[in-house]
Amino acid sequence: MSDRIFGAVGLALGIFYLWAATIIPDSFMSDVVGPRAFPYIVGAIICICAIIFLILPDPDPVWPGLRDLAEIIFAGAVMFLYGWALSPAGFVVPTVFATAYLTWRLGTPPLWSLVTGAATSVGIYVVFHLVLGLSLAKGPWGF
Amino acid sequence: MLSNLGDGFLIAMTWQNLLLALMGCFLGTLMGALPGLGPANGVAILIPIAFSLGLGPTASLILLTSVYYGAMYGGRISSILLNIPGDEPAMMTCLDGYPMARQGLAGEALTLSGIASFVGAFFATWGLVLLAPQLVKIALLFGPAEYFVLFTLAFATLGGISSTNQAKSAFAAALGLGIAMIGSDSQTGSQRFTFGEIHLYDGIDFLIAIVGLFALSEVFIFLEHHKGGAVGNSGAMKIGRIMPDWPMVRRCIPTMGRGTVIGFIAGVLPGAGASLGSFLAYSVERSTVDPDNKTFGKGDPRGVAAPEAGNNAASGGALVPMLALGVPGSGTTAVLLAVLLQLNITPGPLLFQKNPDIVWGLIAALFIGNVMLLLMNIPMVGLFTRVLLVPTRILMPVVAMISFVGIYSITGSTFDVMLMVGFGLMGWVLRKLDVPMVPIILGILLGNEMEVNMRRAMTISDGDWSIFVGSPLAIVLWVVAIAGFLAPIVVGRVLRRKQAALSDEIAEGD
Repeated sequence: MSDRIFGAVGLALGIFYLWAATIIPDSFMSDVVGPRAFPYIVGAIICICAIIFLILPDPDPVWPGLRDLAEIIFAGAVMFLYGWALSPAGFVVPTVFATAYLTWRLGTPPLWSLVTGAATSVGIYVVFHLVLGLSLAKGPWGF
Repeated sequence: MLSNLGDGFLIAMTWQNLLLALMGCFLGTLMGALPGLGPANGVAILIPIAFSLGLGPTASLILLTSVYYGAMYGGRISSILLNIPGDEPAMMTCLDGYPMARQGLAGEALTLSGIASFVGAFFATWGLVLLAPQLVKIALLFGPAEYFVLFTLAFATLGGISSTNQAKSAFAAALGLGIAMIGSDSQTGSQRFTFGEIHLYDGIDFLIAIVGLFALSEVFIFLEHHKGGAVGNSGAMKIGRIMPDWPMVRRCIPTMGRGTVIGFIAGVLPGAGASLGSFLAYSVERSTVDPDNKTFGKGDPRGVAAPEAGNNAASGGALVPMLALGVPGSGTTAVLLAVLLQLNITPGPLLFQKNPDIVWGLIAALFIGNVMLLLMNIPMVGLFTRVLLVPTRILMPVVAMISFVGIYSITGSTFDVMLMVGFGLMGWVLRKLDVPMVPIILGILLGNEMEVNMRRAMTISDGDWSIFVGSPLAIVLWVVAIAGFLAPIVVGRVLRRKQAALSDEIAEGD
């Protein structure tokens, strides 16, 4: 069943890709095949493979239960939030919370998670920014 | 050739480069030792960091290939001590390494596998020195049409062996190629698949995809299984005496020889890689010296030496097609290709002519790194085993954060950070569905080059598609590609069944 759903999604993606390839604008420069030929081939392969998944699905993988699925989705959401927060809040503060969240979900007690988060964040800041000179996000406080 | 190599040593022998090699070897061994952080992940996380440090091309390559070789060494540590392979190629080492450790021979097994790794990697690097220039001569005969077919061949064979389902590996390759098309077209400047989104005009940086698909999806897998504890426990970490006695080593010398040859060949062949190298080395060794299955699987030292020699020889062999043709033979070499592309170096025959300093400096660094690894791994093995005591609930978040830092520091864009999270989630779903990651990465890396070659060929032939079967060389490549794609459907099933049978033995052994 999973493969059938995957096939359906893949087919939709393939068709969308082919459609998106048809609207690639032409330019004043051009070569023999133009910018659309290769995307057409790629889109066609995606569609063919997706149809194969629909016809010949593999046995289902073991999907996590609802709780574990929620775990993944929340972790993904926290990481998105982290990415978004980098530019208004700088590197150190969001990193403390993102690390704390992840280490808490992997089984560290809450208070220790905050400690781990703070230690990781400051540690990375010192090693990568102060020692190695990488540029990290600067918030209103400069770190 | 030897003078080239001598020049290479002069380049590699600066204090900075030696220090980088040492650091790379150390970090690589750590990453290899930790389950969940293989060579591909390790190198992927470090690419953006090496790049934003502003290291030159040779220095970055030395650092990252040392990580690559180091990870191949490190994988065996947890295989032997804990029966958990540190990375995929180290799976075969469990079979005899863990029984040896249970008999109180952990130290000997670790040292012996270290020596076998050294032998495999050392001779494979010589193989690289001898074979790569020959392959370059052939590659110089390639025109755009042949290159296009060669890329097709790489996808066909790479997907072939690593996947259980050919359609899924083809899908993965097409997905990667499709992602590579996003952004402005290199020849006409038309915007493709950008839908007016400014962030997409330059295309998607392949590093974002690599780090997301490899490193972040691993973090999601750990979260899913709530695996937060330490991999090791102090009870299993007793190493005992370190030096094996001479008769044991001597008995393994022919084993290492066979393992090295088999591994090297497996590495050079497109799509096989280190996992297959160690698997074949182990199987051949078992059927050669122990056809009745009396000692293998019960702690035979030769069963430790063979797969380790094979795995490290394969990692050297895999560099041959990567450097000479620009077509990687395995997942990790695909990531090394990303390093080259990030540094604006196009691998392939021209690399040997235009930048011999990079090629030979790199090869010399491999020799140096290999010696360092041997020296580091024997006395310091106790230190490396300590890493296995770090709980993953602390380790994995740190890995995730370092991935974010790396990507942010080179792109400086929060959009790209969020895009990477998207790739991480996508990687998790695709892994669940048994879609291989490597063809996706390869598609993203090679997509534009492949298209450029196709369009060049079509320009030469003035729109005639028959140019792709227009030379004997192209036809041979097509035949190999088709055979490589179809053969695993038959052969691969047998191989996988064997491999699965062996993995069952691992599970039973504990």
